[in-house]
Amino acid sequence: MSPAFTRVMVAPLALLLVVACGGKKAPEQPAPQPQPAPQPTQPAPTQPAPAPATPAPPAEDPAAAAARVTAALLGEVATMIHFDFDQSDIRSDDRALLDRKAAIMGVNGGLRVRISGHADERGSDEYNLALGSRRAAAAKTYLVNKGIDAGRIETVSFGEERPLEPGHDEASWAANRRDEFEVTAGGQSLRNP
Amino acid sequence: MSSRGFSGWLLAGVALLLTAPLAAQDTTQAPEGVRIGIEYRPGVRPSVVVLPGVGIDSARAIVARDLDYSDRFEVIALGPRDTVAPVNPGGRALDYVLFRTLGAAYAVELAPDGPGVTVRLHDITAGAVRREQRFTLPPQFDLNYRFAVHRVSDEVVRWITGTPGYAASRVLFLIDRRLYRVDSDGGGVAALSGPGEEVLSPTWSPDGKRIAYTRFAGGKGSLVLQGVAGGDKTTVTGTGVALNITPAFSPDGRLLAYARSGEDGTDIFTADINQNCCVQRLTVGRYSDNLSPTFAPDGRRIAFVSTRAGAPQIYVMAADGTDQELLAPFDYGVTGSSNAPEWSPDGASVAFHREVNRVPQVFVLDVASRRVRQLTSSGRNEDPTWAPDGRHLAFVSDRSGRRQLWVIDIVTGRIRQLTFEGQARLPAWSRRLADPVPTQP
Repeated sequence: MSPAFTRVMVAPLALLLVVACGGKKAPEQPAPQPQPAPQPTQPAPTQPAPAPATPAPPAEDPAAAAARVTAALLGEVATMIHFDFDQSDIRSDDRALLDRKAAIMGVNGGLRVRISGHADERGSDEYNLALGSRRAAAAKTYLVNKGIDAGRIETVSFGEERPLEPGHDEASWAANRRDEFEVTAGGQSLRNP
Repeated sequence: MSSRGFSGWLLAGVALLLTAPLAAQDTTQAPEGVRIGIEYRPGVRPSVVVLPGVGIDSARAIVARDLDYSDRFEVIALGPRDTVAPVNPGGRALDYVLFRTLGAAYAVELAPDGPGVTVRLHDITAGAVRREQRFTLPPQFDLNYRFAVHRVSDEVVRWITGTPGYAASRVLFLIDRRLYRVDSDGGGVAALSGPGEEVLSPTWSPDGKRIAYTRFAGGKGSLVLQGVAGGDKTTVTGTGVALNITPAFSPDGRLLAYARSGEDGTDIFTADINQNCCVQRLTVGRYSDNLSPTFAPDGRRIAFVSTRAGAPQIYVMAADGTDQELLAPFDYGVTGSSNAPEWSPDGASVAFHREVNRVPQVFVLDVASRRVRQLTSSGRNEDPTWAPDGRHLAFVSDRSGRRQLWVIDIVTGRIRQLTFEGQARLPAWSRRLADPVPTQP
């Protein structure tokens, strides 16, 4: 059991990184408008940019810097969390992600999110809609317990209707058992907590 | 008739008898190895021959197949090229000795009669016509022709067995999230929703004139009532918010029971759909899930799914929400998840699916004894729905490689494939439909 278990645990983490790097294809995300700044950028935002025409790093345009921070924070808010089979408990390895979301929402009072719960294709189609609701509610409850006002968080469920991975294997199922976080308002300019 | 001609016809009849099950299926392939034979005893069921004749061959083929699909007879289907005319010119007297030798108990004679057909049921054993009735049929090119013939088939089944067949009925189902219907014999597939609309949980009203379903949008879902012809869409009161799923009509058509899924879990409600008012909450799950209500035919009880003990299992309550208790027994931590209950039309059984080694299989619960019986074992088999005769179930199976609808006769275990396109799911079988209704997709 343990090898399979670790494989299941690792797969979503790997995927999560991929997703954090811009793999998310949320259809109607109110894209952070101000700048076409590189979305959730490469994990090297603090490097002394080897950019060709900007020789002096400290002279970065403040607006561009703010946009970069906002984009990075939006990326953190949008990072998915994952669930064990037929479970809606927040996994211990996802708590840090939710803590971070709570912190970001805490200092950015206008930020509102929609959490959508998803299930893998196993299990009954209609039961999975209920399961997705529970998964979305679990993340909301966690954030509310961290002090975020419940009215700022909407929950919906897609059951198994919107798989992220089309495969019929453990890795795909693990990736599909998830909560997605979509910013619905207040994401224009964010402060770092 | 000479004895030479007699024996020649007899041989032809026997040959046809052997090939009849295949020959009778013109729109569906007979899948190999599907007669799993739970208690299949050939020869015990009465043999019925559909007599050849002039004209309306399509009606004879449809009736022969419907009788075969009823699983109540051994059907001897004579092909259109059979030149034997065993019916005397007078139309009444049949060579009963011949058919008795063949082993036929009944002979069904269809004779063109103006814009319709006269059907005679010959009782071979008694040597007499038992029933004779004229049916009006629409022209053969009419969309309702096949369905009108199905209704003839159901009458013939009733004449012989005392209870009608289930041929004049339809199954709603989804391909992805688009709503379709199919006739009981696999014909007449038609889309009922547009390509942009997302539909879940379709179900029939008891009179077959309306359907209800979840209109799914953005992770939420309202419940929509609509006429089978397409128009008259109304949203059930109070279901415009949250995610409302698994609607089920009460037998009198007055109530719609459904599950609302939200942050406090999933619970079952009813709404008065005649007056579009009066939402009542039946379960208080406190973060457990309660869904998939299904009314007993007397309207007094509702079976449903609940996760109150952990994994989803089948429970029952009074129609007002009181007296909630376990319905299908399970061993805690051992028995797999159980979902998708549907109460049989005769009230004696509840079909559902239960995971065996994490693979769903179709089960039937005998309500009186609370005993369950597993009906399937090949591949994933889920979401059973009762035919109007209460002895056939349609369900979703991936045994052919992708999810399709199949039909099983719970008495003989005989299985046939009903749909062949896409990935079909969430079937809902109508009761017998009184009038064919044209489609307006």
